[in-house]
Amino acid sequence: MVDKVVEIKNVSMNYHTLSGETQAIRNLSLDINNGETVSIVGPSGCGKSTLLSLISGILKPTSGSILVNGEPVAGPSSNVGYMLQKDHLFGWRTIIKNATLGLEIQKKLTKESQAYVEHLLDEYGLADFKHHYPKQLSGGMRQRAALIRTLATNPDILLLDEPFSALDYQTRLAISEEIWLIIKKERKTAILVTHDISEAVACSERIIVLTNRPAEVKNIHEIFLTCDKRTPISCREAPEFRHYFNKIWKELDVHV
Amino acid sequence: MYKVEASKEHQVYLQKHKIRKTSIAFSQISIFIAFFALWEIAAYFKWIDPFIMSQPSRVIKTVISLTSDGSIFLHTGITVLETIIGFLSGTILGTIIAIILWWSDFVAKVLDPYLVVLNALPKTALGPIILVWIGGTTSSIIVMALLTSIIVTILNVYLAFKSCDEDKVKLLTTLGATKLQILSKVVLPSSIPAIISVLKINVGLSLVGVIVGEFLVSRAGLGYLIIYGGQVFKMDLVMTSVLILAIAAALMYLSVNWLEKKLNKMR
Repeated sequence: MVDKVVEIKNVSMNYHTLSGETQAIRNLSLDINNGETVSIVGPSGCGKSTLLSLISGILKPTSGSILVNGEPVAGPSSNVGYMLQKDHLFGWRTIIKNATLGLEIQKKLTKESQAYVEHLLDEYGLADFKHHYPKQLSGGMRQRAALIRTLATNPDILLLDEPFSALDYQTRLAISEEIWLIIKKERKTAILVTHDISEAVACSERIIVLTNRPAEVKNIHEIFLTCDKRTPISCREAPEFRHYFNKIWKELDVHV
Repeated sequence: MYKVEASKEHQVYLQKHKIRKTSIAFSQISIFIAFFALWEIAAYFKWIDPFIMSQPSRVIKTVISLTSDGSIFLHTGITVLETIIGFLSGTILGTIIAIILWWSDFVAKVLDPYLVVLNALPKTALGPIILVWIGGTTSSIIVMALLTSIIVTILNVYLAFKSCDEDKVKLLTTLGATKLQILSKVVLPSSIPAIISVLKINVGLSLVGVIVGEFLVSRAGLGYLIIYGGQVFKMDLVMTSVLILAIAAALMYLSVNWLEKKLNKMR
């Protein structure tokens, strides 16, 4: 497998509306390495989500190119899994039916893939809830079910678009820990978009700070935290944590 | 909820709730009885002319005579059947057209002004035209019922399709779904409650279409009995038919309501 799983080369993205043209991303280049967890932070509305949409192939860049596993992106592919802000589990489907949605759409629902999804649900604490409906589950469990739906099609790269922002703070801390552990265990590359600086520092090996719109790379931070177990919650106690936090906070240059 | 002995305060609360519920039901039944009793008494003492206003006891007599020759079942059955066919076909056809509009935004934009005008137009005004085109048959009546309900169906179902959560659609797009898959996996299932509530509106609308159709075609059905009774000045027959119609309409509405509850439970 190639070392760089995502290569973004000189990408620009313009939006057209009747009132004019907006440049969302300007000449942005970025590489994501295999197996790493990268966070993207930036001022709100700076084009973070647009960047994820470009990587996932649901949008095409105005100029520049994006390669996933060395191949140019030509539309949604099963190599890339996308996780949205809310869980978006369908209320009319049971958890197992929700989890196999991607397989169903990609017409890959076989005995083996079904067994794989069942295994994921068993492994990550949803064994007893397979045939329940989403509304019977807690917010955290639903988010886990949404992750399993994303993992079901076995993508190499996970795009997480503020996946915890719809949860309350305590649940958010707990579920980001759980999901981080699952991502590491399944050896996935993850790109996390967040506006929560401490979440970004806690969860990732690298943080990419974007500028105001049109988005360019402002800075890239390699995160080294000294803690026994490198998991999001425990490494919040690392002495370097607040240095990174302050540095990124200053770079974001927030004016209210 | 924990199973513990209810506190005194809570018992008072429950008691209050129960009293309120009973008094509402009591008032409802009282109004019903008072209305018919007053009607009967007023006609009995000739305060009102029973020949023009009819009378509950004469309505009962009419029901008995209509039952004995079986015609009550025939006419009610015909009206109910026409209504069911009308609102089912209105809902199904309307949903299909709404799917076409959802599929092509261009078509939706082009047809928008026509739909607005057709929605505003009282469909009963089209009755004579349909009668001439299709003839004095049951088909005319069903087409009337269909026309009264289809435009509302198209507009409401299309609105429901459009208000489907964009992020849910985005989720399917990221999974590589085709337009047909987006329709069948998320847009249609998430619009089922809207379609059911349209069904509820359509029961009433189709009934309007059916009764107007029966007025015009004048062959059978409760609408026919009403117009016939009016023409020959048999007000007993008119009142009886209207009362049966009210019961039939309520029963049809309640069954759709029951279906809605049943479906909502499943979700």
